[in-house]
Amino acid sequence: MNFIPPDFAPASSEIFMLIMVCVVMLADLTAGDNRRYVAYLLTQVTLLGCAVLTFVSFSTEVKQTFYGMYVDDAMADILKLMVYGTVSAVLVYSHSYISDRGLLKGEFFSLALFATLGMMVMISASHFLTLYIGLELLSLSLYALVALRRDSIVATEAAMKFFVLGALASGFLLYGMSMVYGATGTLHVSQLTQIIQSEASSKEVLVVGLVFIVAGISFKLSAAPFHMWAPDVYQGAPTAITLFIGSAPKFAAFGFVMRLLIEGLGEMVSDWQGMLVILAVLSMAVGNIAAIAQANIKRMLAYSTISHMGFLLLGFIGADSNGYSSALFYVIAYVLMTLGIFAMIMLLCRSGFEAENINDFKGLSKRNSWYAFVTLLLMLSLAGIPPMIGFYAKFSVLQAVVNAGYIWLAVAAVLFSLIGAFYYLRIIKLMYFDEPESIEALTPNSDVKILLSANGFALLALGIFPQALMSLSLYAIQNSM
Amino acid sequence: MSFEFPLLSLIIWLPIMFGIAVFATGNDNNAQLARWIALVGSILGFLVAIPLCSNFDATTGAMQFVENHVWFERFNVNYHLGVDGISMPLILLNCLITPLVVVAGWEVIKERVSQYMGAFLVMSGIVNGVFTSLDAILFYVFWEASLIPMFLIIGIWGGANRVYAAIKFFLYTLLGSLLMLIAFIYLYQASEGSFSIEDYHKLAIPLTPQIFIFIAFLLAFAVKVPMWPVHTWLPDAHVEAPTGGSVVLAAILLKLGGYGFLRFSLPIVPDASLYLADMMIVLSLIAVVYISLIALMQADMKKLIAYSSVAHMGFVTLGFFLLNAYGIEGAMVQMISHGFISGAMFLCVGILYDRLHSRQIADYGGVVNKMPIFAAFFMLFAMANAGLPGTSGFVGEFMVIMSAIKANFWYAFLAATTLIFGAAYTLWMYKRVIFGAIASPGVESLQDISKREFALLTILAISVLWIGVHPYPLTEIMHTTVDQLLTHVSNSKL
Repeated sequence: MNFIPPDFAPASSEIFMLIMVCVVMLADLTAGDNRRYVAYLLTQVTLLGCAVLTFVSFSTEVKQTFYGMYVDDAMADILKLMVYGTVSAVLVYSHSYISDRGLLKGEFFSLALFATLGMMVMISASHFLTLYIGLELLSLSLYALVALRRDSIVATEAAMKFFVLGALASGFLLYGMSMVYGATGTLHVSQLTQIIQSEASSKEVLVVGLVFIVAGISFKLSAAPFHMWAPDVYQGAPTAITLFIGSAPKFAAFGFVMRLLIEGLGEMVSDWQGMLVILAVLSMAVGNIAAIAQANIKRMLAYSTISHMGFLLLGFIGADSNGYSSALFYVIAYVLMTLGIFAMIMLLCRSGFEAENINDFKGLSKRNSWYAFVTLLLMLSLAGIPPMIGFYAKFSVLQAVVNAGYIWLAVAAVLFSLIGAFYYLRIIKLMYFDEPESIEALTPNSDVKILLSANGFALLALGIFPQALMSLSLYAIQNSM
Repeated sequence: MSFEFPLLSLIIWLPIMFGIAVFATGNDNNAQLARWIALVGSILGFLVAIPLCSNFDATTGAMQFVENHVWFERFNVNYHLGVDGISMPLILLNCLITPLVVVAGWEVIKERVSQYMGAFLVMSGIVNGVFTSLDAILFYVFWEASLIPMFLIIGIWGGANRVYAAIKFFLYTLLGSLLMLIAFIYLYQASEGSFSIEDYHKLAIPLTPQIFIFIAFLLAFAVKVPMWPVHTWLPDAHVEAPTGGSVVLAAILLKLGGYGFLRFSLPIVPDASLYLADMMIVLSLIAVVYISLIALMQADMKKLIAYSSVAHMGFVTLGFFLLNAYGIEGAMVQMISHGFISGAMFLCVGILYDRLHSRQIADYGGVVNKMPIFAAFFMLFAMANAGLPGTSGFVGEFMVIMSAIKANFWYAFLAATTLIFGAAYTLWMYKRVIFGAIASPGVESLQDISKREFALLTILAISVLWIGVHPYPLTEIMHTTVDQLLTHVSNSKL
């Protein structure tokens, strides 16, 4: 038997990342407590290096390697670039927050990088096992990150909940995958379509497997009714970690859904479309209605995430490249908004003080009118008011849904987003119409200042000129396998 | 006709740019600078409207000063602007009111001056954008964006119950417009990938979808107009808004709804419009009669004028759905005239409020003894509000009643009751506030209007009288377009 070594080139950025994680860990070990910035800088360099590697190898050609278990296509490259950028921004935003709270340790950076590696694997996987390995690498790193502040009871509780429910979801997913394997005899995403088309497989078994897979995916996306973990974890985790959980993994989750449902089980579209409709409606309803009752801003944003995931699913319900690209556009817009709003929350925190209550936004426009304006843009964008990018995101998924013939679903979606507008407006009200409770000035570092301003401004600029991002999303979808 | 210079873009973006410049002056240490930049910006905005008006060709119903650029190809959305006889008068109204609002807030607003002035300028540009957009998505973006400055104006500078009013205003209008968005997306599918409003005018649609689209449009526009029974946000918003906010709300924002009916509902779904015209007429008549009676009972001057606005806007929708030339032109004149009159009425109440900080009718009495010049102006505007011949208020109402009598005697009869009720509630309020013995030490201490206020009221008084005596130039601008619209509506699109 001849052993042909696989082509490592399509996975070069993953390999680079793995090596660098080890380097970061070793460097941090030797650097000592007062030289923590070494690990921080190395992490940023790693992300930059990965970005260069991914960018250089960018092509429209679909490259498979590791015997078809791994794929490198335009969608994967674009998603990975977004992941690097997001993780890098998360680190910039959270640097002073975690150092104030004594969490600035090597573990933070190595776990963040491992999680990033997990996302990269999820995005590029074309085999059920690779998909699962990527997902677990991401999830386990996230569980550990949530528990990073080990002397905090809330954080530990959140980590436990996250772990138990996450493990359950992984179990669902594996069970569903095994059913599909039983029905089709393959774990290769690219072979599934053919086998299902040939009708050699048992439809009943496939559908049961599909139900479990969709349930597992919903857990990971925090779509209702599998959303229970999200509010507790968002609230309990240190804000920097919440930002991490809420942002970059959404790209990975998007890639995961694309590989699993669309590329793998695309033949069963009529089966999963109906399931996604239910999940989407429930998520929009639960997310938007429950968010109104929240006084904790992180909990409120967790419910807001649930409702946004419902909107994201609308794009998949569109079930053509138009719909998937609108879902991708939605994810990009959503991550941009999440980055900004959690960065704002961390800005309001001081050492020894956690900004957690929505009342901490009171009178912000009198304390600092510029950051109040940035938050105004963020809130309007989350509520989907033009000319912010959030509107175009909603618009494109609604268009996809109407295109697929679900006008009632579009009407339901806009009615729920009307409810959603209320709690975003409440934040604007607190900032602009109320008197401040504290008059302490906000003193961000200059890197946070620049990045946050750019982030807020991007919501407006991308809203006024949405074409580039829309084409990019369409391009990514059209050039995937 | 072609006109190379992008005047319409200028009329949208110039006020917005000035608004951003005003925001940039920062805190209240630079308040004076903010005021002056705002004044210059708003006057320049008005000056731009002059060449627009003088180069306007009233003999054609086609779109003029057209600008058409690709905005985003992904959904075939274009930056497509143009004006016709329907939008032209409304743009002029907006450009004229903006400097007045800036001047009206000159001394009264002392806190966060730059944000106040900037918000009005940005709003002015956005409203021009609504009136000139020929692309549904561009229209929608401007339409929704106009909510943001008004939300902040009511919420920051408003009265005691401002938060409730601001959020109610925002959510109410958002509800209507979101359904309109779905209608646009449906039309996009039906027209196989176009968001051009002019394409929608030609699109054939079966009756059932037409009715659904009509209802989606109706919710968006009826909330804005506002029509009974979705008018309840208006009295709240008006009462809590600062004077400038009330003026803009009444004079301009309400017109967006009326404009929407003419640009969207009638030409895109003519068969549904005909089918549902009776329902619209009944709703309008309820607004005219029932809301007038409610206005009669108000103890708060701003609330009274707010309800009278709803009643007068009832005339506008009545005129539209009588579906003849007199009705539509009368309704258009009524919209412009209502812009001036209600703006002036809110300014008058604002002048009293600035001095005594009360809007209650009961707190006043005998004001004429201390403010004779003011009393004279207020008299003129009150008469105009009641529809006295010779003022602009008469022209529109008369034309609409004329057209109603052709359709049905009882329509005209009910509509004409407004001449009695309108006179009753306006003049009764006037009598209680202005005449009689001096009611309180507060009234005793009143000073007559300043030069600034005098100038404001003079401009409005001239406009009201001019339209009242010589409405011909106004109807001339819109005549051809309205005829063309009616021809279009009379052709079934089934």
